[in-house]
Amino acid sequence: MIRLEARSSTPAWFNLALPLAAILATLILCSGLIAIAGASIFESYGIMLQAAFGDLQALREGDFYAITETLVRAAPMIFTGLAVAVAFRAKFWNIGAEGQLLAGAIAGGVVGTIPMPGALAMLAMAAAGGIAGGAVALVPAWLRVRLKVDDVVSSLLLNSVVYYGLMALIEGPWKDPLSGYPISPPIQDSANFPVFLEGTRLHLGVIVALLAAPIVWFVIARTVLGFSIRVTGENPEAARYAGIRVERVLLSTALLSGALAGLAGVGEVGGVHYQVMSEISPGFGYSGIVIAMLARLNPLGVVPAAIFLSAVMTGSAAMSRATGVPTFLGDVIQGTALLMMLVALLFTGYRLRFSGAGR
Amino acid sequence: MNAVLEQLLQVGFFAAIIRIATPLALATLGEMISERSGVLNLGIEGIMLLSAMTGFTAAYYSGNLWLGVLAAAATGAAMAALHALFTVGLGLSQHVCGIGITLFCTGLAFFFFRLIFVDSSRPPTVESFAAVSLPLLSAIPILGPVLFNQFTLTYLTVIAVPVIAVVLYRTPWGLNLRMAGENPRAADAAGVSVMATRFQAVILGGALMGVAGAFLTMAQFNTFTFGVISGRGWIAIALVVFGRWDPWRCAGAALLFAFVDAVQLRLQAAGIGHIPYEAFLVLPFVFTIAAMAVMSRNAAAPPALLKPFRKEER
Repeated sequence: MIRLEARSSTPAWFNLALPLAAILATLILCSGLIAIAGASIFESYGIMLQAAFGDLQALREGDFYAITETLVRAAPMIFTGLAVAVAFRAKFWNIGAEGQLLAGAIAGGVVGTIPMPGALAMLAMAAAGGIAGGAVALVPAWLRVRLKVDDVVSSLLLNSVVYYGLMALIEGPWKDPLSGYPISPPIQDSANFPVFLEGTRLHLGVIVALLAAPIVWFVIARTVLGFSIRVTGENPEAARYAGIRVERVLLSTALLSGALAGLAGVGEVGGVHYQVMSEISPGFGYSGIVIAMLARLNPLGVVPAAIFLSAVMTGSAAMSRATGVPTFLGDVIQGTALLMMLVALLFTGYRLRFSGAGR
Repeated sequence: MNAVLEQLLQVGFFAAIIRIATPLALATLGEMISERSGVLNLGIEGIMLLSAMTGFTAAYYSGNLWLGVLAAAATGAAMAALHALFTVGLGLSQHVCGIGITLFCTGLAFFFFRLIFVDSSRPPTVESFAAVSLPLLSAIPILGPVLFNQFTLTYLTVIAVPVIAVVLYRTPWGLNLRMAGENPRAADAAGVSVMATRFQAVILGGALMGVAGAFLTMAQFNTFTFGVISGRGWIAIALVVFGRWDPWRCAGAALLFAFVDAVQLRLQAAGIGHIPYEAFLVLPFVFTIAAMAVMSRNAAAPPALLKPFRKEER
């Protein structure tokens, strides 16, 4: 049996080696597509790398704009990656981070339009977005606990429900009266997240995302709730036997997971767009699944994994402009990386099986 | 309100239900076959999209729609084989693998569509399938135009339901398939290769998903768009639950869902009151979640669903 949450009995360097191997295999496989598109493989990957992290000259001159852009794009993916990692730890199959993100964005966008002092407004937005995301995630968890409805399918379907809800809002009562476009009215200027580096978009939400990873790691690794989450995921029968109320743990996990995804939406509203539109998430929720798996469900690993996928996304757009290779190469890389990571996890599985067989 | 009722009771409305149900029934049957053997295929959404793209492209360049359907079926089978390789051959998580297949296939579909048909304002189209009136039968009042003036693929789907039911319940291969999903250990003891059976079931299921995708780009519509599947694959997974893993009930579930969808489309067109059209678009999804809540998953799920099988494990 290959278990998702590989045990600590595998050597620590596996945590780094496996994702790196998976990413390397992915890039080799996807280079075939670049060749089919008639572009030079090394040149294309070079352009991606430069677009995501800046070229050497810019870096030497202290121009880190490209890196900050990659970080800005990574921020929502850190949150959705954490959301999925937390959920999958408890084997709550939350595929609904996309919808929870949108719910967070709506709630944050609504609260952000209320005139308030800046700090209070940002806190209120985060609280509202977290609650909204958590509430959406609670639905599939509750359906599973009470009615044994498969959480994968219900959380997936809820993505569409929330999306159409958002569309109905911004095309109807919430349409921006000034522009008349299907976008929400802008949030208050005081609620705009402060930017930390002059000339960049490195906003407060990025910092919060980077801080959220160690906090979530602490919750999972060092708290009672985290312990219950891990035991519930690894062995629900044992958890029950040990007096853990598995149903309650699943609901708490859903709340935490959904709240994290909701914060991803708040960050995009408060730090990037300052309003809500239908295309506020280009699939950040689904990327979260890839990120969580690359990170081996470790909250600390979510940060580099999110930065990698963010680099792929920003990089492939630039590569497409320069070489004509369709920008969707980034999406293929994302899917391939997930599959390759699963294959890489086999090595931990076999390790486990041989050591556990007692031969 | 009378105008709405009138809209609903037209022949065209009932014919539309059958048309909308066709791809859903195909996809649901494909997923059902896969799950009956013990393999959940969450790759369905991406497999349908990629097949819709390859099928459309093949038809566009060959000028032969049936070649397109064949290409779509082959694509679906190939991608399902990949899913089987990971989940059956290597025993990887069916949930995560399926999501991976969907992301992978979605990326590939967009990538190759953009590569082959460079971004243009006018989307490429094909001369899509025409409805075929069955002689004599289509002359029956009311029933004729509803049931017997449909696409050939729809007739084939209608035939596929009893065929799949017979294969599943009345043939040795069907018995093996069900045993692989219900008690793989016993199947193995009886000399059945659980791995081979599951591979075959997943691949056959994938081919059906592929044809479902082809129906959308070559019969229901005449072009490929990025949103052509728009959740139909996910809904098919829910319909399998609603149809309790039985071919007849699955086909019935697809029809019921198509009814809801057709009502939704008509209400949208009629534009009653000030209800935003999104309220109707969301209806099928809410309906599906509600339907799943009513028919809880554990009711009839194959016991070995989601469980990888390894011969040497005891």
